[in-house]
Amino acid sequence: MSLTDDQVRNVARLARLGLDDARVAEHAGELSNIIDVFESLAQVDTDGVEPMAHPLDLTARLRPDEAVPVTTRDAFQAIAPAVADGVYLVPKVIE
Amino acid sequence: MTAEDGIRSLVARRAAGEISAAEIAAHYLERIERHDGDLNTLISVCAERARAQAEAVDAGTAADGPLAGLPLIHKDIFCTEGVNTSCGSRMLDNFIAPYDATAVARLAAAGAVTLGKANMDEFAMGSSNETSYYGPVRNPWNRDYVPGGSSGGSAAAVAAGLAPAATGTDTGGSIRQPAALCGVTGIKPTYGRVSRYGMIAFASSLDQGGCFARSAEDCAHVLGAMAGFDARDSTCVERDVPDYAAALDGDIRGLRIGLPKQYFADGLEAGSRAAIDRAIAELEGLGAELVEIDLPHTDLAVSTYYVIAPAEASSNLARYDGVRYGHRCADPVDLDDLYSRSRAEGFGREVQRRIMIGAYVLSAGYYDAYYVKAQQTRRLIADDFTRAFADVDLIAGPVTQAPAFRLGEKLDDPVSMYLNDVYTLPASLAGLPGMSVPAGFVEGLPVGLQLLAPWFEEGRLLNAAHAFQQATDWHTRRPPGYESQETP
Repeated sequence: MSLTDDQVRNVARLARLGLDDARVAEHAGELSNIIDVFESLAQVDTDGVEPMAHPLDLTARLRPDEAVPVTTRDAFQAIAPAVADGVYLVPKVIE
Repeated sequence: MTAEDGIRSLVARRAAGEISAAEIAAHYLERIERHDGDLNTLISVCAERARAQAEAVDAGTAADGPLAGLPLIHKDIFCTEGVNTSCGSRMLDNFIAPYDATAVARLAAAGAVTLGKANMDEFAMGSSNETSYYGPVRNPWNRDYVPGGSSGGSAAAVAAGLAPAATGTDTGGSIRQPAALCGVTGIKPTYGRVSRYGMIAFASSLDQGGCFARSAEDCAHVLGAMAGFDARDSTCVERDVPDYAAALDGDIRGLRIGLPKQYFADGLEAGSRAAIDRAIAELEGLGAELVEIDLPHTDLAVSTYYVIAPAEASSNLARYDGVRYGHRCADPVDLDDLYSRSRAEGFGREVQRRIMIGAYVLSAGYYDAYYVKAQQTRRLIADDFTRAFADVDLIAGPVTQAPAFRLGEKLDDPVSMYLNDVYTLPASLAGLPGMSVPAGFVEGLPVGLQLLAPWFEEGRLLNAAHAFQQATDWHTRRPPGYESQETP
């Protein structure tokens, strides 16, 4: 199947990827070629097959519910693009 | 290679005072200086860190572990405190890791010395090392050819003798395939064997750390130090790590080795086929029993993987938002602009492609048809192995359909690049341990023999590879131009 330009724009929007408008058609072609490979899956009978989310089918391990002090804030914020007074800065969200 | 050249001997010589850790580190740093300009295997050289670590080992102030003084290169996907950890991406070009990955910390605790950070496909997405923001790595056997990917820098560095060993990660073949194309030994352990903490995530249900070295014995030493339970990775398995190196006896008499008929079908290049056939005959000569096996869902692996891995990637890579770390676009006008422009500028083309595929297969209306369906076919593929391992101890076959291809040859054809991975993807989807072992050459380019074992049978895998390497010398061959003064 082939993706339309609008589908490509929608996927890019979902993924928050800025897209150069001049290259939407090129992306549509590439993605369509890849999606075509997936069509073989539709032919497989998977009735009753449990989806496999994890290779070892493990259940999540639990740990004791104990507070652990985290002391890494300064180190983590030292590599942030913009911080002030211990908070991360982004463009104004509410006018 | 004789045992005298291996890791055990190097560590023993240092312990005996014949050579210092500082001299060993200086030897490899000098080789990096001399050769890496041509190969581009490293993104960062950690000369100062390496000298300091080596001096600490010599002074007795560092851990006197089983790898004391052994120099290593880490794939640039593993966080290294205070050192740039780029993951091959412009997105993380400015990222100085604030902590060590568990695998890095464990190797350091064993006494290993970090020489540098290896080049790789961007966010480990690629099979040729051409998607790196830092330019392609070149194959030491022929610099016009790719080293494989995504851990191509690690594999090429070990092949050229820039380090005795290197770490890597394997999501769909990213250790086995470059090991094969560069003629080194590589092991991807069972999913959950090595902690993923501090290992930058691509596809979390598939990603697994492992290593490259000159021999199975050397891999056993490095993997033994890397592996083990870590409470900080919820999928890391709580299970003792055997002493892989001590258990190598090279005896594979009576071992039942399965040959999947699907791995020897059309598509396997004739020269590679001949090399693999000779390697398998060698295993038989060592006492293994060969059995043809059927893995009937093999041909679904490419579609299954290229739905699941991009889906997980699109979710994992959502964290790169230009807010907390990594690339941020200049002068964002609003929050949406900050996200979408930072990501468009920070991610290369292949990464963007995979994020979009992932977002598409997870989107409303397609989720069941693609994502859930692929999770079901993933189980069919894994069940193939469960059935096969009821009858055989190991599986053997090719790693790739052909030796290395030329730089640029497949870069503009993603589908053809993805189809390359047909022999490595099934074991990744099943979470099985696998290796690539040097098994010959086609027109001067290495061929790798793939060995696969049941879950957590890394020891069996390493022992079969060790037996093969006791009887063959493919792993001792060195790329022309990189042989001289190879060992310190």
